[in-house]
Amino acid sequence: MANGKTIINDIDHTRYDFRYAESSEEYIREDDGFTEDIVKRISEEKGDPEWMRDFRLKCLDLYNKMDMPCWGPSIEELDMNKIASYVRHKSDMKNNWEDVPSDIKETFEKLGIPQAERLSLAGVGAQYDSEIVYHNLKEEVAKTGVVYTDIETAMKTGYEDMVREHFMKLITPADHKYAALHGAVWSGGSFVYVPKGVKVDIPLQSYFRLNASGAGQFEHTMIIVDEGADVHFIEGCSAPKYNVANLHAGCVELFVRKNARLRYSTIENWSKNMFNLNTKRALIEEGGKMEWVSGSFGSHISYLYPMTILKGNGSKMTYTGITFSGEGQDLDTGCKVVHSGADTSSVITAKSISKSGGIGMFRSSVVIEKKARNAKCSVSCDSLMLDSISRADTVPAMDIRAYDADVGHEAKIGRISDEAVFYLMSRGMSEEDAKALIVSGFADSVSKELPMEYAVEMNNLIKIEMSGHKA
Amino acid sequence: MSDIILEIKDLSTTVGEEKTPILRNVDLSVARGETHIIMGPNGAGKSTLGFTVMGSPVYEVGSGKIIFEGEDITGLSADKRALKGIYLSFQNPIEVPGISMRSFLRSSLQQITGERIKYSDFNKRLEEAMELIDMDPSYADRDVNVGFSGGEKKKAEILQLLMLRPKLAILDETDSGLDVDAVRTVSKGIRAYKDKYNGTLIIITHNAAILESLSVDKTHILVKGRIVGSGSGDLTDEINRKGFEKYING
Repeated sequence: MANGKTIINDIDHTRYDFRYAESSEEYIREDDGFTEDIVKRISEEKGDPEWMRDFRLKCLDLYNKMDMPCWGPSIEELDMNKIASYVRHKSDMKNNWEDVPSDIKETFEKLGIPQAERLSLAGVGAQYDSEIVYHNLKEEVAKTGVVYTDIETAMKTGYEDMVREHFMKLITPADHKYAALHGAVWSGGSFVYVPKGVKVDIPLQSYFRLNASGAGQFEHTMIIVDEGADVHFIEGCSAPKYNVANLHAGCVELFVRKNARLRYSTIENWSKNMFNLNTKRALIEEGGKMEWVSGSFGSHISYLYPMTILKGNGSKMTYTGITFSGEGQDLDTGCKVVHSGADTSSVITAKSISKSGGIGMFRSSVVIEKKARNAKCSVSCDSLMLDSISRADTVPAMDIRAYDADVGHEAKIGRISDEAVFYLMSRGMSEEDAKALIVSGFADSVSKELPMEYAVEMNNLIKIEMSGHKA
Repeated sequence: MSDIILEIKDLSTTVGEEKTPILRNVDLSVARGETHIIMGPNGAGKSTLGFTVMGSPVYEVGSGKIIFEGEDITGLSADKRALKGIYLSFQNPIEVPGISMRSFLRSSLQQITGERIKYSDFNKRLEEAMELIDMDPSYADRDVNVGFSGGEKKKAEILQLLMLRPKLAILDETDSGLDVDAVRTVSKGIRAYKDKYNGTLIIITHNAAILESLSVDKTHILVKGRIVGSGSGDLTDEINRKGFEKYING
């Protein structure tokens, strides 16, 4: 064929790239860096109970003593002295959309958040920089006893003991340097409690927007799904692009009790100046089920390895994830599972697409403890590289201590087949469409797990990407 | 004067950076509504001929021209050729996960005709075509060729032929790997295409069984990239009895 090569651009982020500059009159912004004074001020600002204030200071101390992570992509460019730990609008959290400050409101409207709430969500939380600016739960859901708010509000409205019992107990500050940092400066996030036997039919969604330049977002998500309860929680993240580094170091702690089910979906579309050092962990009791669905498209560097501890007998976990790494992106992701109980099962399905020099790394870590009799685990990992300058790697680790475990692992790395492109073109499809169809077909098993509007968005991202057109 | 739909003039192709020659100075002229057979030993370049007419980037045209309906299409990409009405039934159809046969065919049909087709009309047409070639209707909602048996993949190629109704169809060993019943079913589909839509066919085959119910206008023998003999439909019988030896040594 005589015509030129397809131009494959980066994912078009312009949809997320608009921003309203924050003025110093309307916004409170902490000094850059992480010092004891700053942590004390954040704690005071929030009216923390004493135990939390002490906890923050201990975490800061730990942070200062710990080493940088050394297994993944380099984060030396991240100058912690140039990151503001805390930025917020002077107004408080609202539960009426109309009361949200107009610049923030317009930002979320552009991102389609209130529209989605009206259409398909049981509750919505929206965080802008360091604080939740809007939270609302449908009345009929609230009546069932479901609590959906931020951690700060939860502690002030009768859930302090519950927060204290669970806060950073799954992800301890000693886990790694950025978990310690999170413990010191955490702000905002979500607190969800679903009472025994309550099944929430439509999803709850939190949306995180880091708008300020050179800032960090350290939201904490805690979800407790009580016995026999069922909920789907969605988190979305985005940020406009800056020339300076931004940092995201959130923590997600999930507690799935006996026979309960939690589905946790994430669509992460951070801008490419973001260091995404996020930690997620779930603890599953007897007969409980954890379902992770994850789409990672953004950030400059990511370290992200959701972990599940299958503690109770018969507990289950599925992880379905996709990453898309383009130019200048090094996405180091993975999934960890520890089988502790008997008859536990886990299924890990990971896909990665890399292009224009992007790097997609997938690490899986499977531990089957001696007492986890009759455990089953399967890991499958598929990578598609769209050109010869991109990279995809998989690093599986397995530690099996039970003699009757059933464990499987498969990994495939490939490129778009020219023959497949020709086949589709011979049916009248343009080269760009053919490639986009092949890529979205590759992603299909993941995209059909995503909530509808995100699946559509993901397919659009891939189409935009492949055709090289701007949206 | 006959209405020539495809004319290949002095076509030579190469493959790879070393420019290994495949086709050498091939001339072929096909009139609308005719059925031509291409036979030849393995490695003669039969599939290359089909791929080259369809516009595969794998084969580089060194010299010569491909004229379709009076227009030089030698430089056109495969999708443009498909829009002009050329179809290639693949010897090894590709699996396309993520899209059902139904949506794939509908979008392909709309692409080629440039018209929207109503769902109900399209579905009716699909149902009829599937029935004609004994294809279970459930295949319409499966991803294109994914997990199909070899036989079902070939049938699916004929299904596409019946749905897209191209002006010229090149069938690359559509009968290979099929059992007797499947060959008969596939032939029925090919015949329907020819009779109902005045289809023009270039059939690349090793096997006479697929031709039983078709009237063949011309048979060409391709050896080492050259057409070394052309004749009427009877030539097919002769080849089937005596093989290619005469042409290879000749």
